[in-house]
Amino acid sequence: MVCFLKKGRRVNTDDDVRVVGRGIRQSMSSLHTWVGLLLGWFLYAMFLTGTVSYFKEELSQWMRPELSRLSQIPDQAAVAQRVADELGNIAAGGSQWSMRLPDARNNSVYAFWRTPARNPGQRGFGEANFDPATGKKVGSRDTLGGEFFFRFHFQFHYMPVVWGRWLAGAAAMFMLIAIVSGVITHKKIFVDFFTFRWGKGQRSWLEAHNALAVFGLPFHFMITYTGLVTLMALYMPWGENVAFKTPAERQQLTAELTAFIQPGKASGQKAPLAPVDDMVRQAQQRWGRDNVGRVTAVHPGDAAARVAVARGEAGRVSMSPQYMEFEGTTGKLLTVRDNVGAAAETRGVFYALHLGRFSDTETRWLYFLVSFMGTAMVGTGLVMWTVKRRQRLPDPGRPHFGFRLVERLNIASVAGLSIAMTAFLWANRLLPQPLEGRADLEIHAFFAVWALALLHALVRPARSAWVEQLWAASALLFLLPVLNALTTQRPLWRSVADGDWIFVGMDIMCWVLALLHAVLALRTARQEARSRSGRTTSRHAPVTVASGEGLR
Amino acid sequence: MNSLIHRVGSTGPLISRIVAALFGGYALAALSSVAVLALPLSKPQAVLTGMLASFAIYTGAVIWVFAVRSALRAWAGLVIVAVALLPLAWSVS
Repeated sequence: MVCFLKKGRRVNTDDDVRVVGRGIRQSMSSLHTWVGLLLGWFLYAMFLTGTVSYFKEELSQWMRPELSRLSQIPDQAAVAQRVADELGNIAAGGSQWSMRLPDARNNSVYAFWRTPARNPGQRGFGEANFDPATGKKVGSRDTLGGEFFFRFHFQFHYMPVVWGRWLAGAAAMFMLIAIVSGVITHKKIFVDFFTFRWGKGQRSWLEAHNALAVFGLPFHFMITYTGLVTLMALYMPWGENVAFKTPAERQQLTAELTAFIQPGKASGQKAPLAPVDDMVRQAQQRWGRDNVGRVTAVHPGDAAARVAVARGEAGRVSMSPQYMEFEGTTGKLLTVRDNVGAAAETRGVFYALHLGRFSDTETRWLYFLVSFMGTAMVGTGLVMWTVKRRQRLPDPGRPHFGFRLVERLNIASVAGLSIAMTAFLWANRLLPQPLEGRADLEIHAFFAVWALALLHALVRPARSAWVEQLWAASALLFLLPVLNALTTQRPLWRSVADGDWIFVGMDIMCWVLALLHAVLALRTARQEARSRSGRTTSRHAPVTVASGEGLR
Repeated sequence: MNSLIHRVGSTGPLISRIVAALFGGYALAALSSVAVLALPLSKPQAVLTGMLASFAIYTGAVIWVFAVRSALRAWAGLVIVAVALLPLAWSVS
């Protein structure tokens, strides 16, 4: 960190973090620059993978093409019974199972369960997707689906989950500070919004960055703060630690946050679980036929079993728990929980605003677009760091190490990520099906391709690397629908004929994004040519050189 | 040697501010999330209120640290608020 700051100082002293005797706007500008840069690459990756996670369920459906789409939502009560029967076999003797029922966006039932520990201290855990029609595990390819991008966006990969979440929290905190310091820096922020100068090098970058930031400001602020709130118990455990001394006291807090009921103690007496479909029917009467979210059973098969049926996420902007709790052996309704305290409800609303799962299709697209603008805001900010500094380099032909590092990391983390994410989808279609650890291999493919993109960015001249990677991303995206047509039974023409809008939408989005990357590649290449001619006529025309950087 | 001293002299306050922002800011946010327990709220609601507000306090602290004229003032501000919060946090622990 200090090394970065020193590098910055050497390049231009009016832009470093030293704030002695300077106005607040300059200090905030420096703070914005450095806070934005240091974790900017993580932020960009979090923003982009988070953005596509608004279509997580749709992406998961696309990645399991063997599983036919649900033309209508099946009766959730019947599905719950089928899967509960199957879980009774798979997870027999376990302390808990929980299933998410199919709805308008999910064509499978995701369930996880705890199995009896084989050794003390070792907790068994299993998860799988189930076919709503049969109640058996789905026969589709082994993949994490859209869930991978979703998990990556707040806990990354190849590291302990808690470390990843702390890193994501640090990045989000930096983002929050970048937003606030950015707003203070641009006191004419709304006026600037209406003066956009295209094709003016650094000015245009700055204005693109500002426009993206201002237009989406409420969203960017909301998404960053609510992101921190989703994991706040991890980041700020101190109040909880002081307030609660015993597990029973802590349980008061947990009950405010989650619809997962606590197992308590098993009786040791075997007793079959009462019909789950009856319980779900009661919940359907309360919340609507298709709006039951989750069924959780603790100690199923034991006399002390209890079942919680939770409300779905659609139709209310809150994630705070609402569920009906039943006695497991008799099916008798024990309690209905439908409200929490004010602070807990605030947290529930923040959480829901972040996830956007309450959205109908139109709102979800709005989420996607504004979040995409947030991604572009981070991306333009990263590129601007180099554009701003290039013109002040002592010798633009041979920049110093820090500059080169930022430049190359920008390429790999912006253009390279597009390639890697598309490669993940390619791997989903190309990896053979009966394959040990297939889901993990898809993820390894994502990172391997990303590493290759970084390598490419390191060995190629920066501008060529930008252009080549943007073209590579464009080509991969453009050809993905073709690959899909060749490797699955669901090519575009059939999807259109069947009215299968998830698959149609996926193919079209691939082409739209391919077009976007192609436009960026063309513009970057054109700038490169322009700046090169500029440099041959006047080697000391830094502004011209500067305007040549990066993608526009 | 002289240049080394000069460099320490010029980067010292900066590092001091970075430490104040990263760790001082977090400590202040953590302290306030405990002090909130002194409010007349039920325990779970107070704990959640403290958590919810902590990120705003952290952000405010960081902005303060880099907005004021000197590193010394930055620390002084954090310490004053912390001293004000300490009795509250003490009373609940």
